[in-house]
This record gives sequence, structure tokens and C-alpha cells, in this order.
Amino acid sequence: MSNKGYNANFINRQSFIELDARERATALFDAGTSRELLGPFDRVESPWLPMQGVTPQADDGCVVMKGKITGQAAVVVALEGAFQGGSMGEVSGEKMTAALDLACADNEKGIPTSAVILLETGGVRLQEANLGLAAIAELMASILVLRKHAPVICLTAGTVGCFGGMSLAAGLASYIVMTREARLGMNGPEVIEQENGVEEFDSSDRALIWAIHGGDQRYATGLADALVDDDTPQVADAIRRFVSKGVPPVHRSSQVALYRNRIEALDSSRQWDPKEFRALWATNGSNEEKR
Amino acid sequence: MEQIEFNYPAKRKLHKRAHVGVVGSGDLEVLLEPAEDEVAHVFIRTSVDGFRDTWKAVLDRFFANYDGAVRIQINDAGATPGNVQLRLEQAVEVSER
Repeated sequence: MSNKGYNANFINRQSFIELDARERATALFDAGTSRELLGPFDRVESPWLPMQGVTPQADDGCVVMKGKITGQAAVVVALEGAFQGGSMGEVSGEKMTAALDLACADNEKGIPTSAVILLETGGVRLQEANLGLAAIAELMASILVLRKHAPVICLTAGTVGCFGGMSLAAGLASYIVMTREARLGMNGPEVIEQENGVEEFDSSDRALIWAIHGGDQRYATGLADALVDDDTPQVADAIRRFVSKGVPPVHRSSQVALYRNRIEALDSSRQWDPKEFRALWATNGSNEEKR
Repeated sequence: MEQIEFNYPAKRKLHKRAHVGVVGSGDLEVLLEPAEDEVAHVFIRTSVDGFRDTWKAVLDRFFANYDGAVRIQINDAGATPGNVQLRLEQAVEVSER
């Protein structure tokens, strides 16, 4: 804080969260290198939403861009959280999967191509039900193949966050980048409260939600790899750093024994305090420095 | 969801297309493209049924000052008339930038 009574960095920053999906994707590329694939004027939209009286969006809420990051080929796929909660439908899922598969094909041809997925999503689009579930399964398969060749970087900046089946896709990423405003979790607070009661999770308690699902906690407990401010240059810098770093020696999701032991060691008969949990997993977190 | 179409007379040729907005609650998406013939064609899909007259009033006002030969597609998720007007003006601004 400066002595002017305000934080100049906060006032002058270029918010990343305030950008829409297209602007977010563009901001991550080396200036002037990006081009959009299957954009809104191609009108590849959900055929299922109009049948149910829901207005579709011309790009199905999924922006695919190809370009260069630190001079190297990269594809960025961004979900638009403002359209149907960033949910995954048949078309948006296929766009994301096809983009990763093409990146994989390029890697196999000897053109190193990284992938960045920007997840602002509640998971499956309920109006497209099984097609959305299938899309996420296919996406996860594609991430597993691509991440052998090049890093798959997941960025969740907020304010929607990343929930449901897409949190599992995020879990497969080589690296996860979050802001303090972002949340990442399988079941959202409302779902947990609905299923197990307010004693289990009070979904109106925002401090509690962020203490559990928030980027700060996810980073401190080793479930995210970078915590950045809501600042566009800082976000883009983190992405460049992980693109340069390449494929990690061991992916988080391959550390089955580590996480199985950690979960088994937790006494689930009592309610854990987020701070207490953080202290426990942060200590163990030193294991992850090897990643 | 209701589909509504309007045509307006147009004179001026356009060279650039524009896409603005998002189909989020209270907002809309506008796709504006150059048309070949001397007519402006507007195709609307809106999640709120029964407001054809309101749409006509907003577009009548917009085309009173705009003579571009365009195809406009609007995907609407319950935007207010003021919001619709602003998005249309934004689309024009982007197409003439």
C-alpha cells in the first residue's frame, strides 16, 4: 500500500477476469500471432438448445485460437463463462477436443505445440446431458495423449471457476494456473449443501467457499501450480513460463500412491478446518517440488 | 424462444463484419455482416417470447440513422431495449473501425 491510501498496482492493473473468452485467449499469445478457428461467423452452434427454447450462441461459448507463445506453436481454447455457465455441450466439447487432437498431430509431425485451456465452467451442459458427459470423457482422453508430447496448461481465472466433470479434466493438466478469485472443485458448494445439508457445507458462506475451493488454498495445498493476481501481463507471463518449462517429469494425476496415502491419512470422522488442512498438505507439498 | 425477422432499406456497402456481445443473462450477441443487395436484413432469436413490437421499435429507431447494407443476426438472452441499442451501435463501431 502506498501512502496515498490506495494500492497503485491494484488501480492500474489490467484485469484479466473482466475480459471475455475471446479477449482472454488473444491476450495469452505473442502479439499479432493469433487467429481464431471456427469462430462465430462459422455458426457451428448447439443444435440442441433451440429445441428446448434456449437461445444458442454462434460459437457455442467455446473460442479456439492458434498462434505462438514464446515463439512456439500453441493452441488456446477458452470457455465463455457468461454463456450457459461455460457448460460443455456437444459442440463446445468437440471444438476443444478437436483442437487438442490437432495439436497432438502437429507434435507427432515434429512441430512442438502446447495447449492452454481456459476453464470457466460448471461442467456438463444439462440440456445436452449424455452428449456433454461424452464430450468431457473424450476431452480427458485427448489431454492424456497430448500431455505426453507437450504441456497442457489449465487456467481458471474466475469468476465462474471450474467445477463438475471439467474439474477432472483440469486435474489431468500438466499445470494449473489460478487467481485468488477462481475456484476449483468437483462438487460446487450448492450441490454439497443440497445433498448433505447445511451442516456439511453452508453455501452462503463465501469465506468458507474460498477457503476450500479458492485459488489461494488450491495453490497452498499443491493442487495448483501457480497463483497469479487478476492482472493480464501476470497471467500471460505464468502461461509463458509453463510453456517454456515443457512436459513435467511426473504429472500430478500420475501420483496415485502419494494422493491415496494422503487421503487415507485424513480422519474423515471429524470436520476439518481449511487452515488445518492447508498446514497438513502444505507440509507434504514439499514432495511436489520434484514435479 | 421466438424468432423474429425484419427488413430495412439500405444504401451503403460495407466491407467488414463485426461480432460483439455474449448470450448471457440480460445480454445479447450481435453478428453483423456485409450484405450483397441493397437491403438490411435482421434475424433475431430471443429467449423472451411476445416482444415483437418492442424489437420493431428499437430497430426502427436504429435504422432511422443507419443505412448500411447488412445482415444482422441477434442471439438474445433477455437484454433490455437500451442494451440492444448499445450492442447494435457497438457492432457498427467495430465494423467501421
